[in-house]
Amino acid sequence: MRLWFAPERLREEGSTPDYRFSLANERTFLAWLRTAMALVGGGFAVDQFLPETGRPLRLALALMLLAAGALCALRAISHWVRCERAMRRGEDLPTSRFPIVLGLAVGVVALLMVIVAAFGWGG
Amino acid sequence: MPEGNGTDGSRTRDRDPGLQPERTRLAWRRTTLACAVAASLAGRQTLHSGIDPVSLVVLALVVLAWLAFLALAHLRIRAMHAPRPPALSPRAAAAVVACTVALAVLGAATLR
Repeated sequence: MRLWFAPERLREEGSTPDYRFSLANERTFLAWLRTAMALVGGGFAVDQFLPETGRPLRLALALMLLAAGALCALRAISHWVRCERAMRRGEDLPTSRFPIVLGLAVGVVALLMVIVAAFGWGG
Repeated sequence: MPEGNGTDGSRTRDRDPGLQPERTRLAWRRTTLACAVAASLAGRQTLHSGIDPVSLVVLALVVLAWLAFLALAHLRIRAMHAPRPPALSPRAAAAVVACTVALAVLGAATLR
């Protein structure tokens, strides 16, 4: 966490890893960022393209997706920093439960939308 | 053969056979595209409830976040031209994440 506030400290730790590993870590970070963008875009899409859905439900779905997107972006950088630091120190890469949690959350949202579409819970 | 003679030759010789810089450059391009989609939906969101001063200010901020992302991605893509690109700086990583979060927050502020 302190690395967020003093990012230059990252460079002082351990030794610089092979640039290819750093680039691979960067691509993983970008893939998570794209996931975050997709969730954010999906949040807006729910609000804009499902006008006949009841307002509370539509707002709840949109806000859930937007929050998931923002969370995903924040997690992307924290994971990137932790991986970068682990590589510099020659440690094992950090593990994370986040992909499972995100998968379950997206599954729940998708299921909700299927139910909304199937039963036509309009406004 | 000119290989190894002069700057261009040594650049080709040092080129990573796994093409990691190219792959990373393309990953930045894909992410820029995703950002453009998210930003246009966020922009559409701000104008969804009609045009008023508040929505115009929010729209300007959305465009600003998108331009900042484009600039950061452009700088990073240019860095990828080096045979051995330097690692991404934590500041740049934080800035692109801030752009993403800003899009989410700005759009959420105009949900109706």
